[in-house]
Amino acid sequence: MSTTTDRVMRTADGLPLKLSLQKALARSRLRAALLVLPLLGFLVVAFLLPIGDMLFRSVDNRIVGSILPRTALAIQGWDADGTELPGEAVFEALVRDMQAAAKERTLGRAARRLNYEKPGMSSLFRKSGRRAKRITGPSWRDRLIGIDKRWADINVWRLIHRESGALTGSYFLSAVDLSLNDRAELVRQPEPRRIYLTLFGRTVWMSGLITVLCLLLAYPVAYLLATQPLRVSNLLMILVLLPFWTSLLVRTTSWIALLQTEGVLNDLLVFAGLISEDGRLQMIHNKFGTFVAMVHILLPFMILPLYSVMKTIPPSLMRAARSLGATPFTAFVRVYMPNTVSGVGAGCIMVFILSIGYYITPALVGGRTGTFISNFIAIHVSETLNWGLAAALGVLLLGLVLALYLLYDRIVGIDNMKLG
Amino acid sequence: MKHAFRPLAAAAALALAAGGAHAQNLTIVSWGGAYTASQQQAYHDPYMAANPGVKIISDDSASEGLAKLRAQVESGTVTWDVVDMVAADAIVACDEGLLETVEPDSWLAAAPDGTPASKDFIAGTLTIGGTNCFIPQIVYSTTFGYRTDAFKGRQPSTIADVFDLKTFPGKRALEKKPIANLEWALIADGVPGKDVYKVLATPEGVTRAFAKLDTIKDQVVWWTKGAQPPQLLADGEVVIASAYNGRLFSAIVEKKQPIAMLWDWQAFDLDGWVVPRGAKKLPAIRKYLRFATDTQRLADQAKYISYGPARNSSIPLVGKHAKLGIDMKPHMPTNPKNAKTILLFDYVWWADHRAELDERFNAWLAK
Repeated sequence: MSTTTDRVMRTADGLPLKLSLQKALARSRLRAALLVLPLLGFLVVAFLLPIGDMLFRSVDNRIVGSILPRTALAIQGWDADGTELPGEAVFEALVRDMQAAAKERTLGRAARRLNYEKPGMSSLFRKSGRRAKRITGPSWRDRLIGIDKRWADINVWRLIHRESGALTGSYFLSAVDLSLNDRAELVRQPEPRRIYLTLFGRTVWMSGLITVLCLLLAYPVAYLLATQPLRVSNLLMILVLLPFWTSLLVRTTSWIALLQTEGVLNDLLVFAGLISEDGRLQMIHNKFGTFVAMVHILLPFMILPLYSVMKTIPPSLMRAARSLGATPFTAFVRVYMPNTVSGVGAGCIMVFILSIGYYITPALVGGRTGTFISNFIAIHVSETLNWGLAAALGVLLLGLVLALYLLYDRIVGIDNMKLG
Repeated sequence: MKHAFRPLAAAAALALAAGGAHAQNLTIVSWGGAYTASQQQAYHDPYMAANPGVKIISDDSASEGLAKLRAQVESGTVTWDVVDMVAADAIVACDEGLLETVEPDSWLAAAPDGTPASKDFIAGTLTIGGTNCFIPQIVYSTTFGYRTDAFKGRQPSTIADVFDLKTFPGKRALEKKPIANLEWALIADGVPGKDVYKVLATPEGVTRAFAKLDTIKDQVVWWTKGAQPPQLLADGEVVIASAYNGRLFSAIVEKKQPIAMLWDWQAFDLDGWVVPRGAKKLPAIRKYLRFATDTQRLADQAKYISYGPARNSSIPLVGKHAKLGIDMKPHMPTNPKNAKTILLFDYVWWADHRAELDERFNAWLAK
């Protein structure tokens, strides 16, 4: 063994070479880490923390427990599966909680939270909260039921019991058209209220079709761009990029002007005698409008990766195939197309993921049959302030995208993707 | 970061204390466009002229007001001072504890004849939906406009005509929300206006409203932004549309489109001021609000936009349009001629049922 140590190579200052190399590498790793640090910090602060916070809201249920703390504690001892109303102590706890919450002006939040689960809770709490001030003593139960007889409804108490924990699954249940009934059994929402699964389904299949349409349209364009002489391809490139640089809203609104029933296209068709004045076509405010506008808006995201990949395919490949006896068609399908798979993959993933989260275009041209799940996330964030449900829908959408991404990785392999 | 700025903040506070009315900024959030312009001319400019130390900064993000307000209050970084909100949003925000409570008689100016503010604002508007955070400015309405060249002979004049495709064929535009549409459907189906919410409170009533909407479903274009319905009417895309009355006024009177008003069962609504909870400049905010909601100022706003003032004492003071010189009184939703039949939203009922009916409405749309 000693002979081997003697043979260790050393640097000029006598350190073993291996150690010295390690030191140097560690230094450069540290330098690299320091260089990435600002970006990492930025990502954590501007992306991971807010996203994490938003995701947590989908299960966060501290509202009821923190606004009605005495009730949440007292009701733990009550048998929610039984048929008896909770005891006097729970009623007293609720009255005291309502008095405190009315002073802090937080009762409305708890009421709105419970109203998501059971319509009518909002007005029940509002009314009781206003009058609870005057309740001072026994019997708490009779006094509260005297304010509103709904307090004698055991299902109201079952709901409070169920939703007084710190975490809840009810936002996720709502997001897939399920709910818990009064006995905490899992049931589907009544038929007229089922909406989210339909929307998820529609978002996925429409995004899929948009991706396919984009690919069909983009492939020949990208091919032209990559194979034409520079003078021509530059001009073509400008035609692709100009709309890309134009405001999204302008492009969407232009489609409305073109496609509406009194619009340019219908006018032309009537003028040409192809359709009658009464037979004007409905081409906007429906699925068709969403397809047209979205395909147009997302097309550059397909063309550009395809182009950048096609540009790298040497023309000699096709010539070689031809000289070996392939027809132009065979050469294209067997030699050229396999070389573009990485661009196709990149373009498809990009268009699909962008379109699955698209929001403003479907809102403007989608009418009643062409809106996406993201439109509902927006409604719950900015109009109904039901951020829990918005977060749950967002988590499901994120999960869906990740699942499709993994599927893609299994089938095509993510290493084959080429963005440029 | 916070510490670095502390000396600066202290210096600023000192300067303020020493100099009295040094420049102070008030950030006022409103809807932008013609609406903010009317507030600028009626409230902001006169206030800044009278108080040279104050600078009012307009922020046009009221359409995302609710969500941004919540984000500000929850994170404890309130940068807005006064926010313009529709009543429905103000009720939600107040319930969520995002707003300062308003004591009308100590915050707001009395009418010129001495009537206290709590009596002078149109009854019930200061306590809308059982809340006490909202100072109404204007009464607006969602009502109907129709193209005058679309029908020969009799023109549509009632809410039942809106649902009558036989006599008045053609596309309609309605707002993509259940509120107002369900009420209108029931009234058109023969329910007396005063019983609408009684009927709607039963499952059969809701089904009946949707069944009535079903009869025109194929002919409806659903709008989401206030600018859409006047445009749809002007393009001839639809022949009857529900829209905010001020938008219709501008299409008819300012842009001279062939459109006429159909005021039957116009849905009254309110728009007004709220103050975010934890706003830092409360005294300055109250001073501004006292000025901007007095009798004359509310009447002045109607010179620039056709929305009715929310104070009874302002109504007789409504004058002529600032540019066109026409009398604005006949264009006010509150004018007795226009307000023969009005729909008053039951906000407490809607707070109970909004989530449920939103889902049902959208599921119905998607079918």
